[in-house]
Amino acid sequence: MKFSYNLSIETIKMNESDFLKVVLPFKDKVFRLAKRLLVSKDEAEDATQELLFKLWKNKDKLSGYRNTEAFAMTMTKNYCFDRLKSKQASNLTLVHSNYKEKDTSLDKKMEYRDSVSQVHKLIEKLPEQQKLVIQLRDVEEYDYEEIGKMLDLKPTAVRVALSRARKTIREELIKQHNYGII
Amino acid sequence: MELFKIEQLLEKYLNAETTLQEEATLKNYFLSGNVAQHLQEYESMFGYFAFNKAETSAKRIQLKTKKTNWRWLSVAASVVLLFSVYMGNEYRKEQQVKAQYAEVMSTLKMLSTNLNKGNEAMASLYVYEDTVNKIFKSK
Repeated sequence: MKFSYNLSIETIKMNESDFLKVVLPFKDKVFRLAKRLLVSKDEAEDATQELLFKLWKNKDKLSGYRNTEAFAMTMTKNYCFDRLKSKQASNLTLVHSNYKEKDTSLDKKMEYRDSVSQVHKLIEKLPEQQKLVIQLRDVEEYDYEEIGKMLDLKPTAVRVALSRARKTIREELIKQHNYGII
Repeated sequence: MELFKIEQLLEKYLNAETTLQEEATLKNYFLSGNVAQHLQEYESMFGYFAFNKAETSAKRIQLKTKKTNWRWLSVAASVVLLFSVYMGNEYRKEQQVKAQYAEVMSTLKMLSTNLNKGNEAMASLYVYEDTVNKIFKSK
């Protein structure tokens, strides 16, 4: 990772409740980012657990990171990429079965609008980088600077990926509306 | 908000040139439920983003290791092993000491019986001497 977070010499001993105070506000963001990449909800839950546990194990170093949240998001991205790689390596076709399971639960929650769940499927088809950028900007509302740090990208590269993702989603939605194809 | 302003913002939005504030304005508009017909695709997009943001992880975070820590088990096992070796050694030493003690005791016993034998012999000698003395004194 090229980007390094400012390390301060001072380290503060953290107990469990201090740690949770720092971590819980962004726990769901970690979960949603993991789910965006890993697709399956269970896997995303496991990833969240594992990532926060890793943070807890390194809690004494945390105060050294200027921005624990950004650091956690970077960790999440790297962790999920590793998971996806090892999944590909072991030739597991989990993605497909999870796709269906997730869709039914999603549909139940979103009966009020079909086209909203279509957006979910469209994002799933985007390249990983664009998925990340859409998630971090349009859902989690981080600024370009922060996203750049998290993904180790220049802010302009973030904008380019984001613009592509937004345009693709929009065009696909228009196509579906015009031709009635799902 | 006027429609043309929204359209302007959308143009910027697609080019990823909007600020977070401008995007918040767009979100508000598209979640208002009162969206112009020709912008419906955006309603789905912003609807989905808002929906996704509400999704939370249901699992509680576990900070203590749930898995059995095998390393600790091995530490415990080696402690038990060391302790039993130590205890076994102590027992062996004790047995050795006991055996030595018994040996010493039996030696001492033998010595004392032999000494006693000597004493008895001496006692009879004294008796002899006494008698001799008596005889010579009485003379």
